[in-house]
Amino acid sequence: MQQDSSVSKYSGKKHVKFSDEALALAHKIMKRYPEGKQKSAILPILHIAQAEFEGWLSVETMDYVATLLKIQSIEVYEVASFYSMFNLKPVGKCVIEVCRTGPCWLMGAEDLVRFIEKKLGIKEGQTTPDGMFTLKTVECLASCGTAPMMQIGETYHENLTFEKCGAVLDEYKNKGEQVSHWRKERIKHHSDIHR
Amino acid sequence: MAKVTIDGKTIEVPEGTTILNAARMIGGEIVPPAMCYYTKLETSGGYCRTCIVKVSKGSEKDPRPMPKPVPSCRQTIMDGMVVENITSPEILEARAGVVEFLLINHPLDCPICDQAGECSLQDLGYEHGKMKTRYEFKRREFEKIDIGDKIKLHMTRCILCYRCVKVAEQLTPGRVHGVVNRGDVAEISTYIQHAVDNEMSGNMIDVCPVGALTDKTFRFKSRVWFTKPVDAHRKCDTCSGKVRLWYKGEEALRVTARKDKYGEVEEWICNECRFDHKKTSDWTIEGPSHIDHHSVISANHYETGNALAALKHDIAKQQKQLEGNDMKLKEGAMNPNNQ
Amino acid sequence: MGKQLLINDLDKDGIATLAGYKTHGGYTALEKALKMKPEEVVEEVKKSGLRGRGGAGFPTGMKWSFIAKPPGVPRYLVCNADESEPGTFKDRYLMQRKPHILVEGMIISSFALGANTSYIYIRGEMMFQYHILEKAIQEAYDAGLLGKNILGSGYDLDLYVHCGAGAYICGEETGLIESLEGKRGNPRIKPPFPAIKGAWGCPTVVNNVETLAAVVPIINMTGDEYAKIGIGKSTGTKLISASGHINKPGVYEIELGVPVEEFIYSDKYCGGIRNGKKLKAVVAGGSSVPILPTELILKTAKGEPRLMSYESLSDGGFVTGTMMGSGGFIAMDEDTSIVKNLWNFTRFYHHESCGQCSPCREGTGWMEKILHKFIEGHAETKDIDLLWDIQGKIEGKTICPLGEAAAWPVAAAIRHFRPEFEEYVKKGRSMIDVKHYYRINNLQPA
Repeated sequence: MQQDSSVSKYSGKKHVKFSDEALALAHKIMKRYPEGKQKSAILPILHIAQAEFEGWLSVETMDYVATLLKIQSIEVYEVASFYSMFNLKPVGKCVIEVCRTGPCWLMGAEDLVRFIEKKLGIKEGQTTPDGMFTLKTVECLASCGTAPMMQIGETYHENLTFEKCGAVLDEYKNKGEQVSHWRKERIKHHSDIHR
Repeated sequence: MAKVTIDGKTIEVPEGTTILNAARMIGGEIVPPAMCYYTKLETSGGYCRTCIVKVSKGSEKDPRPMPKPVPSCRQTIMDGMVVENITSPEILEARAGVVEFLLINHPLDCPICDQAGECSLQDLGYEHGKMKTRYEFKRREFEKIDIGDKIKLHMTRCILCYRCVKVAEQLTPGRVHGVVNRGDVAEISTYIQHAVDNEMSGNMIDVCPVGALTDKTFRFKSRVWFTKPVDAHRKCDTCSGKVRLWYKGEEALRVTARKDKYGEVEEWICNECRFDHKKTSDWTIEGPSHIDHHSVISANHYETGNALAALKHDIAKQQKQLEGNDMKLKEGAMNPNNQ
Repeated sequence: MGKQLLINDLDKDGIATLAGYKTHGGYTALEKALKMKPEEVVEEVKKSGLRGRGGAGFPTGMKWSFIAKPPGVPRYLVCNADESEPGTFKDRYLMQRKPHILVEGMIISSFALGANTSYIYIRGEMMFQYHILEKAIQEAYDAGLLGKNILGSGYDLDLYVHCGAGAYICGEETGLIESLEGKRGNPRIKPPFPAIKGAWGCPTVVNNVETLAAVVPIINMTGDEYAKIGIGKSTGTKLISASGHINKPGVYEIELGVPVEEFIYSDKYCGGIRNGKKLKAVVAGGSSVPILPTELILKTAKGEPRLMSYESLSDGGFVTGTMMGSGGFIAMDEDTSIVKNLWNFTRFYHHESCGQCSPCREGTGWMEKILHKFIEGHAETKDIDLLWDIQGKIEGKTICPLGEAAAWPVAAAIRHFRPEFEEYVKKGRSMIDVKHYYRINNLQPA
């Protein structure tokens, strides 16, 4: 019987692969570090991987990144699980990251989280049934002067009130697109990234 | 050479020696306890903070004291350095604090733990800890998992000393386990069910200071203090073949590497020696092991009085059996007096 | 408003672009520096008295002079743009609006250190600013300001941006280096210090964004002139991130030495406390530094006015003083619960502990749990003493300063606000509804 080469014979899952643009970008980034130290590129490449593969890092994705960087898979798991921006479980198209620390908290971040929970009908850490939003609380995002605030993709939404926050969420819902920290357009057109 | 004074005792040691190793050269009660440092593992040490000491004089050249306690396992000595360990009440208090931190999330399941009796954390708690815990919250828990068919990982007992990771990094061809997640939920893991499968992986069990990594072939077979260690060797192509057999009655229940008085492995052994050779006939017996250790195991130790006599008797009995089996024995190897 | 050297021209057209930046005097310092010897640049920075703006306040020129120079081994300059200290947002502000001042400062500083490859480590959350920097760097390459033979000087430099991915600990310089090497951001055990063995085992200097940006005016005006700005050993200007219950939160560039009272109440700066409330406490240098009650932040224990300077803020040690830190100035009004705020800070340190060494890994979580007992209303008096004891057993016992950063806020809150902790113990569960942050209607449309 013919084996499907796009499927792993171990896990039965589909092999993952970057798009051509993402792969070119990844190789560009790897060249920024001293020879033989390409592992240094792991963080930017994992960001790109999240943008490429629905906002989260599956074992298959991490194994792929390991082969790309020529390192052991465990080295990728160790790193990916250390940094809070990497999602190791599936997430919604739009991950809402609400700052919960210090000044934002002083300015009502807790109320903001409750408001979003109520509006979306989910609890912190959960994803809406339609797969649109995941709600996360995160630590200080360095936007304390414009508290309370939240981050969606690369965009900071600042000086939030309930009304403003609700409108922002509606806008994302209407667009219905996947939003990642490293925006897909920036992967496609990465000519502004030198070398 | 450089001169260092630890708790009033002065010694000259080669440049680059750590405070801990200088203290070990002096010996005795001034030696700081070490839970994560391991001489044979490069870059080990510095994590657990149990070996912290006070440097009250930096060196002859720069006599200023160091502002904070330093990990004696990583701090190298300077000529003229003065160190306080057990003579410093602050250090004893700080160390008790570290012990408390290490224990607040430890399950204290010694009654069912295979490591009990030879556990560095037990010794540490007994010698440097406090009688009562002040921690009143739920303790951290992890699932027990198998990493490979011979090693059990009880993450709940782990103190994150990183020794097993360094064994995998420095002794084995490709590391498949490591530390994932961070902070107080960091854990030793393969992340996905992955067998740690290489011929030196069993050394992870020996370097583990607690009962986090245990030998599945010895699991629940006996309390260690009921077993009697005997040094033995065999010809092995992979490792030195120099091991310690742990007997209960006439049966060797476990094979480990030989450890020195600080609980450190003298020579690494391979998995074949460790897991696959438990018959006395596989080994050339050298004699009872000398255990210079301060834990439960030596409190009830066979080297004293009746226990030693009983062991000599056991060994003599086995020797007879072996002779009966036409095993060729190295001359005098079974004579306990040769030890 | 005193002298401004870094953000004085943010309103100028196109200041974020190379052309705009150049029109307003950009890259003149680089031209000047490349005509000097590297040692002379270091000397100017030493003379300026510039101190690290990331938090520790270590003299920059001295730090530079520690770098090892073994022949044939590359040296690296890494910019610490991992701004994550709660209450601090000046670096993000500066990088977004005036990226070229950082690029220029990096080129000059790399030249001074003899580094031919340098990196800007920016936190992953600031992906927007990451791309602004990428663009600025590309512009600089295109203009011959980066790459081979910069401005015909024979000096080569490659500058790259590297993004993190969410870890406060990567703001610690050796955690940052580990992260740059593609590892978990576990701080290293020192010695060796980065100046001897840093990134990829080579001599490395790590400097904060604002520190490197400040090199630009220092070279332009000379170190001696820079040292005349400010007060005493606190020379120059400092970016202060002001947040909390004030009328005008934002980034202010102050000449060091401005009285704290003026900074809080003057319309030039924070513009006083919102809604006519009274000030209760201030965290003056980012969440890690000791909190001070109003009377001690406005005046030192000796009764002298407290100034925004390294020395004045730390006057009185930790008993009655605090620290300049990163300049994250968080003001809290009379309705703020210090206990709940402390719980929030402690949760932060618990969440951000890397987990390498036991006092921090276990201690931060323990303190958070005890503080949670307070706000849930079932704490006992012994818990106050227990907290005090735990923080003392973390402080100074850890691999990196996160231990201190977690311990100091706890110690200071108990030191200055113990009666509030006792009130929580006494009143128990009735304290649950205590107002602990800004009124909810603040977030509702007017």
